Amino acid sequence: MEIAVFAVCAAIVIGGALGVIVTRHPVHAALSLVATLFGIAVLFLTLDAQFLAAVQVIVYAGAIVVLFLFVIMLLGVDRVENLRTEPLGGQRPLAAGIGVAVLVLALLFTIAASSGGFGGDTVATGRPAAVAPEFDSCTAVPKALEGSGAAVACDGPEPISNIRQVAWWVFTDYVWAFQLTGLLLTVAVVGAVVLARQRGGADDETGEPVPDPAPEAVG
Amino acid sequence: MVGTGWYLALAAVVFALGAVGLLVRRNPLIMFMCVELMLNAVNLTFVAFGRDLTDLGGQVSVFFVLVVAAAEVVVGLAIVVAIMRRRAGATADDVSILRG
Repeated sequence: MEIAVFAVCAAIVIGGALGVIVTRHPVHAALSLVATLFGIAVLFLTLDAQFLAAVQVIVYAGAIVVLFLFVIMLLGVDRVENLRTEPLGGQRPLAAGIGVAVLVLALLFTIAASSGGFGGDTVATGRPAAVAPEFDSCTAVPKALEGSGAAVACDGPEPISNIRQVAWWVFTDYVWAFQLTGLLLTVAVVGAVVLARQRGGADDETGEPVPDPAPEAVG
Repeated sequence: MVGTGWYLALAAVVFALGAVGLLVRRNPLIMFMCVELMLNAVNLTFVAFGRDLTDLGGQVSVFFVLVVAAAEVVVGLAIVVAIMRRRAGATADDVSILRG
């Protein structure tokens, strides 16, 4: 069953990726990208990453691809790239060669690593297993913090949910990275507004601010 | 259970396709989509290794990669819109107007 899910998702993912790079119309490429992203979201589910699967659908399919489509529509949907012309001589064979080289190298490393096994005990992970706090079977709070008020009571032997585990790491060990991503998003929004607004900012004669016709950049 | 190696192989294929698309296509929007493909391939390896090593750090890393990808797309598309305003029908070759 799981193998069937993986095979179907892999076919969707690879088909969508091919669609992105071979379709002439940008809208079709964006829709192929959605197929790929959904396939990867299902693969996340099979890898026990429920939170990331949901975020993948919401952020990628719901926000990023919509932003792509919005820009495509804004710039004109009828512009179709002519794929027959090759502006740089020999670019495509070279690109195909580089792609094949990347693929072969990556697969070789994968095979080499697989034969040795990926097991956490045999590979140096950089994060020894002892550092990871042992999670209480019910509260997802490390046992060291029990009784400090951080533990949430629950009734019944529920397994720890993926979201609680991810949240635990994000808000403890990785809290500085989390804060920095907030700063990054703020900078990105400000930069997008600055880049996408019209030059001048105010009408020269009346002094009235020019209405901003580019709200699409706020993402 | 599907082995980790299969996920890594699939991610390698998607990464290679994204790299080829980035090199071949001239429409800046399609090039951004190819960058997203490559980022997603790397995300898949993160989660696959995270499961294999029973380390949740892989999933947390993917969370941050998602945020960075969103910020990158927002700024990149704003640049594309700004360039297209100056020169309709611009391709990636026309981005050389950014050079002073």
